[in-house]
Amino acid sequence: MAKKQRLVMRTVILLVLAAALVYALYANLTKADQDKVEMNSEAPNFVLTDMNGTKHKLSDYKGQGVVLNFWGTWCKPCEKEMPYMDSQYEEFKDKGVQILAVNVGESNYSVEQFVDKYALDFPVLIDKKSEVQNAYKVDPLPVTFLINKEGKVVDQMTGSLTEAEIRGFMNRIKP
Amino acid sequence: MKEVKCECGHINPVGTALCEACGRVVGEEAESSKLLDMRYEASPRRSQHYNKTFIDKIWSFFSSVKVGVWLIVITLVASALGTIFPQEMYIPPNIPAADYYKDEYGSLGKLYYQLGFHNLYSSWWYLILIASIGISLVICSLDRVIPLYKALKNQRTAPREGFLKRQRLFGITETNRDIDFEGIRTKLRSKRYSVKEENGSILAEKNRFSRWGPYVNHIGLIIFLFGGLLRFVPGMYVDEVVWVREGETIEVPGTSGQYYVKNEKFIRQLYDKQKDDQVFNDALKKNPTVIKNFQTNAVLYEKKGNTLPGEQPELKKVESHSIQVNKPMKYEDFAFYQTDYKLDEMHEMKFKLIDKKTQESFGKLTVDLYDPKKKYDLGKGYSVELLNYFPDFEFDENSEPITKSRIPNNPAFVFNMITPDKPKGEASFVAIQQTIEPTGNNKYKLAFDGIETQNVSGLTIRKDMTLWFLAIGGAIFMIGVIQGAYWNHRRIWLQKKNGQVWIAAHTNKNWFGFKREISSVLEGTSLTEPADQLNEKS
Repeated sequence: MAKKQRLVMRTVILLVLAAALVYALYANLTKADQDKVEMNSEAPNFVLTDMNGTKHKLSDYKGQGVVLNFWGTWCKPCEKEMPYMDSQYEEFKDKGVQILAVNVGESNYSVEQFVDKYALDFPVLIDKKSEVQNAYKVDPLPVTFLINKEGKVVDQMTGSLTEAEIRGFMNRIKP
Repeated sequence: MKEVKCECGHINPVGTALCEACGRVVGEEAESSKLLDMRYEASPRRSQHYNKTFIDKIWSFFSSVKVGVWLIVITLVASALGTIFPQEMYIPPNIPAADYYKDEYGSLGKLYYQLGFHNLYSSWWYLILIASIGISLVICSLDRVIPLYKALKNQRTAPREGFLKRQRLFGITETNRDIDFEGIRTKLRSKRYSVKEENGSILAEKNRFSRWGPYVNHIGLIIFLFGGLLRFVPGMYVDEVVWVREGETIEVPGTSGQYYVKNEKFIRQLYDKQKDDQVFNDALKKNPTVIKNFQTNAVLYEKKGNTLPGEQPELKKVESHSIQVNKPMKYEDFAFYQTDYKLDEMHEMKFKLIDKKTQESFGKLTVDLYDPKKKYDLGKGYSVELLNYFPDFEFDENSEPITKSRIPNNPAFVFNMITPDKPKGEASFVAIQQTIEPTGNNKYKLAFDGIETQNVSGLTIRKDMTLWFLAIGGAIFMIGVIQGAYWNHRRIWLQKKNGQVWIAAHTNKNWFGFKREISSVLEGTSLTEPADQLNEKS
């Protein structure tokens, strides 16, 4: 009887200690992921104004797929992918896929120059106070989020995208 | 292993040295030894003898002090290895870690990287080592403190001869006279012993709580380790850096957008030969720029309502403070520390439009480097168009002007100067101390007319809810150390046996002091002091 009780006690204590160990390992190994937006969860909502003064609220795009791109004018890989995005935008905008390009808070002048240079048609928004970048934990540029028609983040890509990749992405979130 | 049957008929668990029922010395090992191992009151550590199930095997592994010591040694060695080269978090972020260690430290560095020592303190095996020490602490303690507690609680006032004989301090006095036990009892009591008596046998004991010191200490350590573990729990620990320009209000990272901080002014003061105390003069001669104070006059706002990121938030001032080094702004669980600064970041640049020959000025313009305008009208038909702007200018590999970043560290502009006599305008590339004209024969020039700078303050945001655990754990740790180190558990047994008086005594440490105490207790009686049987041996 006493022996059985002792075995139960030992098992319980070892289980508690093992649980603490497993938690520590799990928390530590997923620490890097904690600095990212959670996949398949609701995309953080935001409101930003584009270069024409139109307000864009992310939640208004429910029912459509959204490619959310964060970029800067000085960032070479961002610059490279912009024309690709623009040409795919032309093809997909009537199929329910939207592109929102969020500049990380440069001057209107620099952004306008850039938009004019590449004749970008999709809405370009400036995140002056870095709040949207904080919400999406953006670092380094460029980073692109795919948001499906339910408003959930389904993928995140850091680095310059090829035109084929952008096309693939847009097909993935096409409603 | 077999159970131990005593003469009295009681069956004791394996490893028992003293019968649980009658207190006789039992078991071959104990019977043949001259002294009893009193560290755990000669009680059995059961895990050393039961190894039946898998659980028991794990238990007995962690119950071993030898294992515990090795775990500590291995952890110490591993921790030391982690300091040979810098950890990954301290190397320049722009170089891949694999290259950095190889380039900087050669093949040893490469090996260091390959073995994963560049992230040693967060590696899974290091965490397992630390956790194993924790597990070892818990199990070692439980396995010892419970039998020890039971043994001391149930100890006999009049132990058997075998027990007395096997104490380190032991002596027999042959006497026919009546011994004044009452006097001895009084003396013992005056030395704060609690004295128990049973049929003329005396047990005097004091400071038993000292025996719990190591276990109290371990409880403290476990709380401490637990506090360290809590750091991983979301919301318990925040350590972020934010850069705020003067006049800027910015969202505080790590607070999910709940707080905003404004930098009203950043102040850097140096020691001044004239104003400050003369004792500093010699030092200031050697090094004239010695910092006296860094300070950010900061205001903390809390966001009201549910505005979305990007919307104008409704802010309510909750705190304002002059943050200095070691004097943080504290609000609720957050503390804002002054940790860094950048002086004189350019923020506005002023120019005047002049005729190169006559130096005549036709108006001034101020360019906000964070928000330049497309066109600056100077009146009377004079204006300046901004054709291009490079906040952090350099030439790329094709000798094209580009900007390295969005921060105006080295602003450059392409201006078009429109004047009544040159209505199409003259283009000019203007950078700091540098003007390039495409044609080389411009009539007009934008002359540099001063800059406005602002300071940027680097604040560290800290929240640490685990500190209480570390403080309480540390305090309990120290209480355990004091408890175990500054008191000694002392016991004296006195028994009368057929014209003999037997004295045995035990303490857990400081035998010298104990012997002196015994001799002062026995002073004036005819009893001989018990001899140290450990010395006899050697």
